[in-house]
Amino acid sequence: MMTKKNVGGRYLLNTVATCLLFGAIMLVVESGLINRYMAMMLIPVGYNIILATSLNLSAGFLGQLPLGHAGFMSIGAYTCALFTMAVDMPAAVEFPLGLLIGGVAAALCGVIIGLPALRLRGDYLAIITLGFGEIIRVIILNLDFTGGAFGLKGIPKYTTIPVVFVCVVITIFAIHTLIKSRHGRAILSIREDEIAAEASGISTTYYKVLAFSFSAFFAGIAGGLYAHYLSILGPANFGFMKSVEILVMVVLGGLGSMMGSVVSATALTLLPELLRGFSEYRMIVYSLLLVIVMIFKPSGLFGRYDFSLGDSLGKIGSIFRRKKKPEQGGENDESDS
Amino acid sequence: MMSPILDVSHLGIDFGGLQALDDFNIQVDAKEIVGLIGPNGAGKTTVFNLLTNVYKPSRGSISLTGQDTRGKSIHAVTQSGIARTFQNIRLFRDLSVIDNVKIALHNGMKYTMAEAILRLPRYWKQEKESTATALKLLDVFNMAHLANEPAGSLPYGSQRRLEIARALATNPRVLLLDEPAAGMNPSETQELMDTIHHIRDMFDIAIILIEHDMSLVMGICERILVLNYGLIIAQGTPEEVRNNPVVIEAYLGQQRGE
Amino acid sequence: MTLIYQLINGLQIGSIYALVALGYSMVYGIVRLINFAHGEIIMVGAYCVWFCMSRLALPALPAVAITVIVCAVLGVSIERIAYKPLRKSARISLLITAIGVSFLLQNLAQLIFTANPRMFTNLFTGSIAIGTQEISAATVATIGVSVVLMIALSVLVNKTRIGKAMRAVSEDADAAQLMGINVNSVISFTFAIGSALAAIAAVLYCCSYSQISPTMGSMLGLKAFVAAVLGGIGSIPGAMTGGLCIGIAESLTKGYISSQLSDAVVFGILIVVLLIKPTGIFGRGDHQKV
Repeated sequence: MMTKKNVGGRYLLNTVATCLLFGAIMLVVESGLINRYMAMMLIPVGYNIILATSLNLSAGFLGQLPLGHAGFMSIGAYTCALFTMAVDMPAAVEFPLGLLIGGVAAALCGVIIGLPALRLRGDYLAIITLGFGEIIRVIILNLDFTGGAFGLKGIPKYTTIPVVFVCVVITIFAIHTLIKSRHGRAILSIREDEIAAEASGISTTYYKVLAFSFSAFFAGIAGGLYAHYLSILGPANFGFMKSVEILVMVVLGGLGSMMGSVVSATALTLLPELLRGFSEYRMIVYSLLLVIVMIFKPSGLFGRYDFSLGDSLGKIGSIFRRKKKPEQGGENDESDS
Repeated sequence: MMSPILDVSHLGIDFGGLQALDDFNIQVDAKEIVGLIGPNGAGKTTVFNLLTNVYKPSRGSISLTGQDTRGKSIHAVTQSGIARTFQNIRLFRDLSVIDNVKIALHNGMKYTMAEAILRLPRYWKQEKESTATALKLLDVFNMAHLANEPAGSLPYGSQRRLEIARALATNPRVLLLDEPAAGMNPSETQELMDTIHHIRDMFDIAIILIEHDMSLVMGICERILVLNYGLIIAQGTPEEVRNNPVVIEAYLGQQRGE
Repeated sequence: MTLIYQLINGLQIGSIYALVALGYSMVYGIVRLINFAHGEIIMVGAYCVWFCMSRLALPALPAVAITVIVCAVLGVSIERIAYKPLRKSARISLLITAIGVSFLLQNLAQLIFTANPRMFTNLFTGSIAIGTQEISAATVATIGVSVVLMIALSVLVNKTRIGKAMRAVSEDADAAQLMGINVNSVISFTFAIGSALAAIAAVLYCCSYSQISPTMGSMLGLKAFVAAVLGGIGSIPGAMTGGLCIGIAESLTKGYISSQLSDAVVFGILIVVLLIKPTGIFGRGDHQKV
C-alpha cells in the first residue's frame, strides 16, 4: 500500500501538472497561436467535459442509463441566468454564486426525479428520465419568467476560459475523489450487482439518488456556464437530442472512464468545427459511431482505464531504471486532464 | 438460559397460491452451526431469502437478537446482523478482491461525503484502517496476496471463499451460507470445513448452511433441519437425521423420481 | 357535443398509438429491449408511401403494400445488423445501440428529404354524418383498420404455430431453443410484424395529419411506447388499451386545457403508472430470481 509521503507527492505532482496545463492554455490563447474563434471553442469543450464526466457518474459508475441529462443542464442554465440577471452584484460574486445555485437547483431536481425513478431498473429508468427531461422542457416553454419559446436574452457574458477551466478541474477532482471513497465503492457495487450490494449492507436507493443528484449538480453547473457563454437561452437547446449527444461522448470514451469522457468530449466538440461542411453529417456520424462502438467495442475507446500521472511517470521511471515494477496501488491515484 | 440469537416462528410464504414454505421454526444460539438440507426445490434458498428480507413472508415472524426484522429493507437486515452468500455466486466481478470486502465494510466507516471529496484526515485514517481490516479478513481465507486482482478472475473455489469473506465484513451475528462447497473438490471442501469452524470461533457467530455435500454437513453441523416440499420433515443431530426413516424416504423418493 | 368529438379524435389517434405500441410490446416481450428505432420506422413508412404515390404515381393499394414490405424488411435488418450481435451483452449496450439506430434513421431522412415537411394527400376523402356531427372518413377508416389488425394479431399470436413459438421465446428463449424452436427466425418474425404494423400506422397517420417530417416518428413513437407501458409491456391487449387511453387523454388535454401541455400530460401519465404499477394494467409481475 501507499505511504503517506507518496500520496502527498502525487497531490503535488497533479497540482503542478494542472497549473502547467492552465499556463499552457492561457499562453496559447493570449499569444495568438490559435485564432480567437478557436480559442473561444475551448469554452464549449470545457462545459461538454463537465457534462460528459457528470453523466459518466450515473451511466458509467452507477450503471444506470438516464436520458434526461439535458433537462438538468437546462435547470442549471435557467436558474443561473435568471439569478445573475435579477441581482445586482459584482460579476466576481454573482457568477460563482449563480453557478452554485444553478447546480443546487439541478441537484434538487435530481433528488425529486431520482427518488421515484431509481426504484425502476434499466430500460424503465431510461424512459422515465427521458419523460422527466421532456416535461422540464415543456414547463420551461410554458412559463412566463423563462421567456417561453422566445427564451432568455441579454444574459451577461461571464463565462471565460479561466472560469471554465476551474470548473472542469473541480468537477473532475470531485467525481474522482467521490469514486475513490466508501461512497464511490457503494455506487460501483450497485453497477456490479444490486442484490449483492444490498446484502452487503449498502442502501442502494440512497446511493443511486446520491449519484444521480451529484451528476445533476454538475450538469447544472455546465448549464450555467453555457448560458453565460451564449448569452441567449431557448428551451429548444435542451431536447432529447442534447441528452443523446452527451451520452455519445460518454459511451465513445468508455463507460466508467473519466479520461475517456474528457478525451471524447474534447474531440467531439472540436471535430465538427475543424472539419467545415461536416456539420450536415455530424449527427449521422454521431449515431453511426454509437452503433459501431456498441457492436465492436462496447467498452468504448478507453474501457474503464483511467490515466494516472503518478503511475505513468513511475512506469517510465522504472523502464529507465530497469528495476522491478512499481506498486500498482490504484486507490489513491489522481487523474486529471 | 440464554435467549437464541435468531428466533424464527411459523414462517411461511406463498408464490401465487403455491406454498413454497410453511410453518418453518428455528431457534439458533450463538456459535451454533446448523445445517439445512433437503432435495432440490424443497425451499432451502427460500428460507435464506426470507431471513434476509429478499422475499416478504406471507406468515410468521423473524427476530434477530430480540428485534423484529419485519418490514426492514435488505440492507437494514444486513446491518442488524444477518449476512449471506449466494448459491450462484454474486461478487462485484469487475472490482478488485479487496474492494469487494471494503464495500461490505462500508457501514463500519463513518467519514462523510464532504470529508471524502476534500480528502480530510478522517478519510485517510478510516480508509487505512479498513484496508487493514480487509486484508486481515482476506488472510483468514489465504487470499491476501490476491487483493488487487479483479474478483471475476478468481478460480471458482476462491470466489466462494471471497463471498464468505465479504459477508463476514458486514460484522454479522448470523452467517447464512448457501451451498458453500458447490463446485469444490474434496480437498477444498475439507479446507472449507476447517475455515468454517475457524471463523465461527474467531468471530463468535452462528452459522446456518445449505449444502448437498453430506460429508460436510454431517462433519460440521451440530444440528440439522431437513426440508421437503416447504416443510420441516425432521431435525436433530447428524446421527438422528441420518437414521431417520422419513429423511431416507425423502431422499430415496427423490432419487427414484430423478 | 364537443366532448364526443374529442373522444372520437382520441380514439382515432389512440388506435394509431395502439398499432405502434403493439410493435414495442411484442419486441420487448421477446428480446427485452425498448426498440427506440421503432418510431423511426413509422417515419420511414410515411416517406415511403408518400414517395410511391406522389413521385412514382402508384395507386394507393400497391403503395401501401410496398410500404409494409419496406418497413418489415427494415425492421428485420435493424435487428440482424445492430441488435443481434449484442443479444448476449449488457442491456445498457443494447439500449444505446437502439438509440443510435433511431438517430441514424432520423438524420439520414433529414439528409435525403431535408427538414422541410412534405404534404400527403388523404386517401380517404369525404365524411360521414352521425347525428349533427361530421366524422371524416379517415377517422372511421383508422379506427376500423386498427380493430381488424388487432383481431388478426390476437388470432396470430394465440392460435397459430408461429404465435405459439413467439410466446414460448418470450417466456424463456433458451428453453424454447432446446425445444427445437428457431429463436432467430421467431425474433425476425416479431420485428417484421411489429414493423408492418408501424407501416400501416404511418399510412393512417398521414391520412389525418398530412405532414411528413424526419422527426415525426420520435414523438409518436415515444407516446406509443408510453401506451405500451401503460397497458403492461409485453401484453397485446395491454398495448391496445394503453394506446386508446393515451389517445383519449391527449385529445381531452388538447381540447380542454392546452395543446402545448398534451405532451407533458402523456409523460405525466407514464410517470404515475411507473410509480404506482410499473407492470402496467395487464402486465405480469416479473419475479426476480435470487
